[in-house]
Amino acid sequence: MTALLDPPRATGAALPGWRATLLVVEGLWTWYRRNWRATVISSVLQPLLFLVAFGVGFGTLLDRGGRAQQVIDVPYLVYLAPALLAVGAIQNAAFESTYPVLSAFKWQRNYWGVSATPITPGQLACGQLSWITLRLAGSGAAYLLVISLFGAARGPGIVAALPLAVLCGMAFSAPVVAFAATVENDGAAFNALFRFVVMPMTLFSGTFFPISQLPEPVRPLAWISPLWHGTELTRGAALGVLELGPALGHTAYLAALVIAGVLLARWRFRARLAR
Amino acid sequence: MSDALVQARGLRKCFGDIEAVSGIDVDVRPGEAFGFLGPNGAGKSSAMRMIGCVSPRTAGELQVLGLDPDVDGPRIRARLGVVPQQDNLDTELSVRDNLHVYGRYFGLSRAAVRAKATELLDFAQLTDRASDKVEPLSGGMKRRLTIARSLVNDPELMLLDEPTTGLDPQARHLLWDRLFRLKQQGVTLILTTHYMDEAEQLCDRLVVMDGGLIVAEGSPGDLIARYSSREVLELRFAPGEQHGQRAAVDELAERLEELPDRLLLYTTDGERALSAAHQRGVRPVSSLVRRATLEDVFLRLTGRSLVD
Amino acid sequence: MTGVIEAPAPGRGGPLLRILPPALYAGRARMLMLRSSLAYKRAWLTIFSGFFEPLFFLVAMGEGLGSLVGDLPGPGGRPLSYAAFIAPGLLAASAMNGAVYDSTFNIFFKLRYARLYDAVLATPLGPVDIALGEIGWALVRGGLYSAGFLGVMTGLGLITSPWGLLALPAALLVAFAFGAVGMAATSFMRSWQDFDLVQLAVLPMFLFSATFFPLSVYPPGLQWVVQAFPLYHAVELMRGLTNGVVGWGLLGHLAYFVVMAAFGVVVASRRLTALLLR
Repeated sequence: MTALLDPPRATGAALPGWRATLLVVEGLWTWYRRNWRATVISSVLQPLLFLVAFGVGFGTLLDRGGRAQQVIDVPYLVYLAPALLAVGAIQNAAFESTYPVLSAFKWQRNYWGVSATPITPGQLACGQLSWITLRLAGSGAAYLLVISLFGAARGPGIVAALPLAVLCGMAFSAPVVAFAATVENDGAAFNALFRFVVMPMTLFSGTFFPISQLPEPVRPLAWISPLWHGTELTRGAALGVLELGPALGHTAYLAALVIAGVLLARWRFRARLAR
Repeated sequence: MSDALVQARGLRKCFGDIEAVSGIDVDVRPGEAFGFLGPNGAGKSSAMRMIGCVSPRTAGELQVLGLDPDVDGPRIRARLGVVPQQDNLDTELSVRDNLHVYGRYFGLSRAAVRAKATELLDFAQLTDRASDKVEPLSGGMKRRLTIARSLVNDPELMLLDEPTTGLDPQARHLLWDRLFRLKQQGVTLILTTHYMDEAEQLCDRLVVMDGGLIVAEGSPGDLIARYSSREVLELRFAPGEQHGQRAAVDELAERLEELPDRLLLYTTDGERALSAAHQRGVRPVSSLVRRATLEDVFLRLTGRSLVD
Repeated sequence: MTGVIEAPAPGRGGPLLRILPPALYAGRARMLMLRSSLAYKRAWLTIFSGFFEPLFFLVAMGEGLGSLVGDLPGPGGRPLSYAAFIAPGLLAASAMNGAVYDSTFNIFFKLRYARLYDAVLATPLGPVDIALGEIGWALVRGGLYSAGFLGVMTGLGLITSPWGLLALPAALLVAFAFGAVGMAATSFMRSWQDFDLVQLAVLPMFLFSATFFPLSVYPPGLQWVVQAFPLYHAVELMRGLTNGVVGWGLLGHLAYFVVMAAFGVVVASRRLTALLLR
């Protein structure tokens, strides 16, 4: 046996939960710092393009008057802008919670690398979700900055819409992260998620038109959708028409989804990484 | 309580109905290099993952660094260095950032990680690739980086799961050299490997696993002495003809093994067995006398048939 | 040895076989399509789901926005309900989207990660077989979507003329052109990060090619820009055919895609040759 005179002392330490979570965020930030450019188009530009196409282009057809005025009593651009803030949060959440998570389990395998450190799978899940929260907030802020430059924001209420949009995005992200942690194959399930959940949610959640325009029997479907609650909140805040009762209801629903999602995600991360 | 860094008694691991590890006893002493040998599916990696505190045990006792993984997983992992079977580097980060981020996961300060990264880059001979992304590096470089990364917290115990699989001979020898140096510094090594020469080179003591159980234990020399002879005589024939010659040489060896094109004679003196065979009129196409290796032990203990 | 390079008999095997050296083209592009059909046997949900995207848009926008906006001027100035206005646009857009995603993301993965084409090129097949085979598969997929969507349009009474039948081959031509150009573009991509550029090309086209509102909404200068987009021509082509407003102008739109397809195939084949046969 060799050199027992001076046995090495390890320098690593077990960490309190909040610190471990922050370190995971820091690790993801290190990646983002070098790769952010590629995310700008899908995370910021996409909602802006939709806003220009529908708010400005399509909007000219609506604001000529007629039936539309009875349903939507502000310029369509102003009506649509806060809703697309929530849509953007949902779509970014969908993207950030699927392939990057699957890849970290399956292709890049860097979650497995983390699992060998003092950081626990539950802390890793929380770190990943915190990071997505920051990303949604960043993209949302950039979107708000641009739309306020071209006059789609009406008053300071739109600033209050940002945290509400982030809440809405996380209400979707957290359960999706939990789901992504269970995906073992090449992610074909995500295609179904995008096409059968994200896409219909985007279109039928009262974003482009009030759900009163939908046929009576399908309206309850919108009530499940986090995006409908998010849209009600962001639009209400931006237009300054939010009432306390409904606001609390929508917020409570979204918060419940976030909490359930976080618990599920922690459970799935543990089940996969500590088998 | 002994001074063992890893102590397992009746350690078991099941995945559903499948039992990967069926009750093993292991003691790893400070400063030694300990090897798990065995065919694919023998339970080596499952044992390693339990020791690495990333896989809760199904039954049995396990202590790592004197602590219970079920209770103190993070505290134990803070003192381990793990080299997984499959590299899990962050390929979109630079070489240095990989070390940096990983070090931070161990709670090291930014300044400490920065200094450590520079030291480890040198150790892994990657200093001039420090700011390159990992993606385009060769397999050997990635492996060296993975090993360097596992050292970022100055681990007391290193777990290496097939550290040199897929590397060319130069890269393997460089890695062995690095592992020797660590051992010299008093780091305890636990490794799994398919390569018997690697086990003979590196391990002070090893266990052979098969079907979730330990089937033999000892130093490489012990195991060869116990399960093989000192030398092996290989007599090669045209495929099919070896069987007819078997009777003629049977009593020249302590043990005889028949393969499709040759006979293996396990004996203390290969040259003498060869001349005896010639005297009996055995005319092989070619013959070879060699020292017995751990590979002979391994094949004897775990069989020659494919396992997966 | 059972692999034989069948020497193409003179006059057989189409003009490509006579022009291209056998190292580049073995006339077996269909083998790549066979391979794709086998690979997708297990992923039928992926294929099937692609059909719903334009349908959701049609229902949401046609119903929800349609009740707000009223009729719009269609081809030849005749008024169209909003659903009837956007349906041909969605048909064209789904032909584009299907072809572009198939020929960019999927091809890139096979090219860089699965190394599928390296294995294919170890057989008598050449890069042109690969290009044609993959574009051909994208066409089969695009054709299925287009046929399904045309069926829905018929069911909803949004096709008012027998000329509408021609919308299917037209959609295939559109898909072929986008698939070929997409594949050519993919051959220039270095990493996943470049795929945001695909988004940058496809999404604005989808939104601004007179798909959701007529060209007359734009100021005159911008109208010229929109008319340069390929998708604009696809939308106009489909709108003309499904409403039976057929004139010589449609041939102009067709010509646009013939040129685009030819350009795409030539560039894609050249680039694949350069990438794979080094």
